[in-house]
Amino acid sequence: MTPEELIQIAEERRGQQAAVGKRINVCAAASCMSRHSDKIAEEMSSHAESLGDKAEGVEVRCVGCMGLCSAGPLVEVDHPADEAAGNDAPKTMYRGVSMDDADRIVEAAAGGTTVEQLVQPTDIPYFSRQKRIVTENSGYIDPESIEDYIAADGYSGLVTALTEMSPNDVLHEVTISGLRGRGGGGFPTGLKWSTVAKTDADKKYVVCNADEGDPGAFMDRAVLESDPHRIIEGMTIAGYAVGASKAYIYVRAEYPLAIARLKKAIRQAQKYELLGTNLCDTPFNFEIELRLGAGAFVCGEETALIASIEGRRGVPRPRPPFPASYGLYGKPTLINNVETLATIPWIVRNGGDALASIGTAKSKGTKVFALAGKIVNNGLIEVPMGISLREIVYDIGDGIPDGGTFKAVQTGGPSGGCVPGNLLDMPVDYESLQEAGTIMGSGGMIIMDEASNMVDVARFFMEFCKDESCGKCTPCRVGTAQMLDLLEKLCAKSATEKDLELLKELCDVVKACSLCGLGQTAPNPVLSTLRYFEDEYMGSLVGGVSGDGRPVPDVETKAGAPDRIER
Amino acid sequence: MARQKLPPTQTLTMKIDDVDVTAKPGQTIKDVARDHDIIIPGLCYLDGLSIWGGCRLCLVEVEGMNKLLASCSTEVAEGMVVHTDSPKLRAYRKVVIEMLFAERNHVCSVCVSNGGCELQDMAVELGVDHVHLPYMDPDVNLDSSNDRFRLDHNRCIMCTRCVRVCGEIEGAFTKGIGGRGIDVRIINDLNMPWGESQTCTSCGKCVHVCPTGALVEKGTAAAEMDKRRAFLPYLTIMREAQR
Repeated sequence: MTPEELIQIAEERRGQQAAVGKRINVCAAASCMSRHSDKIAEEMSSHAESLGDKAEGVEVRCVGCMGLCSAGPLVEVDHPADEAAGNDAPKTMYRGVSMDDADRIVEAAAGGTTVEQLVQPTDIPYFSRQKRIVTENSGYIDPESIEDYIAADGYSGLVTALTEMSPNDVLHEVTISGLRGRGGGGFPTGLKWSTVAKTDADKKYVVCNADEGDPGAFMDRAVLESDPHRIIEGMTIAGYAVGASKAYIYVRAEYPLAIARLKKAIRQAQKYELLGTNLCDTPFNFEIELRLGAGAFVCGEETALIASIEGRRGVPRPRPPFPASYGLYGKPTLINNVETLATIPWIVRNGGDALASIGTAKSKGTKVFALAGKIVNNGLIEVPMGISLREIVYDIGDGIPDGGTFKAVQTGGPSGGCVPGNLLDMPVDYESLQEAGTIMGSGGMIIMDEASNMVDVARFFMEFCKDESCGKCTPCRVGTAQMLDLLEKLCAKSATEKDLELLKELCDVVKACSLCGLGQTAPNPVLSTLRYFEDEYMGSLVGGVSGDGRPVPDVETKAGAPDRIER
Repeated sequence: MARQKLPPTQTLTMKIDDVDVTAKPGQTIKDVARDHDIIIPGLCYLDGLSIWGGCRLCLVEVEGMNKLLASCSTEVAEGMVVHTDSPKLRAYRKVVIEMLFAERNHVCSVCVSNGGCELQDMAVELGVDHVHLPYMDPDVNLDSSNDRFRLDHNRCIMCTRCVRVCGEIEGAFTKGIGGRGIDVRIINDLNMPWGESQTCTSCGKCVHVCPTGALVEKGTAAAEMDKRRAFLPYLTIMREAQR
């Protein structure tokens, strides 16, 4: 593939697209697909066909996630031909589309009208306040078409890097962009890359960590399903920058659609010689393989992930040595999260300065969040770093449904914590969240209203950690089980003050002594709820009353609790 | 003129518990400490086996690091300042020992390893005079199907010495790890009774490296099980010499 060929493919595809008069885009990501959006798309296609001349110029296609998952299945009608000609061509988004609506949407699109009762307004803050970099193509391109991706400037970053930049130039751009790891830790990406680049080894690896497992988080899934080529491009650029020729995508087996699309994307990229040997007529070779996780949360930890790829039991090992010097098969290995790698093509195309101009002093760029729980607009959002939690919850998320009041937002999953209402004006960046006792994490945000019992929230996450502990180190294996017992005692209102003291002590021991991040952060949900909602803990003791006399919300039945939190 | 290459570092100096010590690059903190008669507690580490890093008893404080590091797996560096016995570390170690006692059913008085048990010795050494964590009293079984040996999960602390010795020294790979979290167990082959294992050579190495009464020889009564752990370093040294 030469730069000229790439431009040719892009122009050809853009030409084809510009010939389409009316295009019906149906979301075909997991959330909408669970409500049969794929069947709806099929029905639309066959209905358009049966209409014959009346539906001339109507094209139905599947696209990636449009974000507003709670309103799915989502369908958007646009007019590429008019857009190309510079005419006024308003897009129409439809929400909650069912099979019964399929035919009339096609007819309305063909006739140039709209189905008023299904229209989803797009001039709301949910859409206007977002800043889309990682998800720039999500919902706009067909994830199964490499030509669509190329037409949206895809792979131009890779081709530019290979033909016009040295590995050091790429490292420089990533470093000045200020990008930090989006998987949770927030380690500077440029620093990680240059560490791997500077090691001497006959072989190096790049690994994409797509083992997203936090309850309520689905950012990586959406990116993989909506724009799989973006990951391939990001990984290949990373491989070029650090001197690796082989890469693995470690994706959890619970994401079958993402796996299918990645497989297809890898084949397409190989066909176009964007993966393989002598890319762009340079000596650079790169290949990508998929590895599927078998359902262990701990395999998101980098050393456990490496063990799992190597075919061993997925348990972490002590660090140092870090994977950057001793990783997969003992070789220097660069491990980045999906979202981090998905930002790379944009950085190479637009320059590191462009990303550095977005966000706060220490947290640059944008972050994708999955809004879940008690919030009107459930779904995926991408916002600039430094935006306040209030803007996310009340403007973009449109507040709490059914007239409820906001109580707390949980970020960072089982490693994170809860932020109470009085801190809502806090900016969302790595440092501020850490100061508030939680973490940025991978991007799950669970919003809770006043009906949530915070002890129960802590219990839910502790149960998760106990179930997912690998059992290798003593503090995590025994400590999480002991803490869960104590939290269950609290939830049953049969705990004493001594139990609460023991809980606090165990939090300290497990945090300080555990082997890997899972154990070291497992007490965080308890610690943060203790910090902001201690009265609820006091109120959960035998004969206890909460500090201000407020009744502590009832704990829902065990079967109902995870569902309430996860949704 | 070509730039002169600097010679590689041969030795380095560091500080362990306020004592200035010398070390070779590549040595672990635990090794260097032992060379200078500073014994760091530990249960999963055993000379001659690979490093596991799971028991967390050998955690030490390294100045400039915000986390505690396992001394069995951390290599020394020039100028490192290590504390192996601070009040904080002692307190953590005590709780970890208590966790092991509370996790399964350790009844010393009827245990064949009573008096020859590393967990018991460690508890005495660290001053664990009682367990303030609630005992979990799990329903744990026992595998007596092997002709010569017995695997009693009640006494197991998951140090995985048996798993490592079986694979790394004997080469049989009979012992493995099954389950996860609090339900993690030592298993034989694909979780079958020990006596039915086709791979076990009945060499008994696993029994003699086991720190507690989890792996024992049959026909022993309470406090009768003596373990010969010294064979392993000897075996490793002789094998290295042969190579």
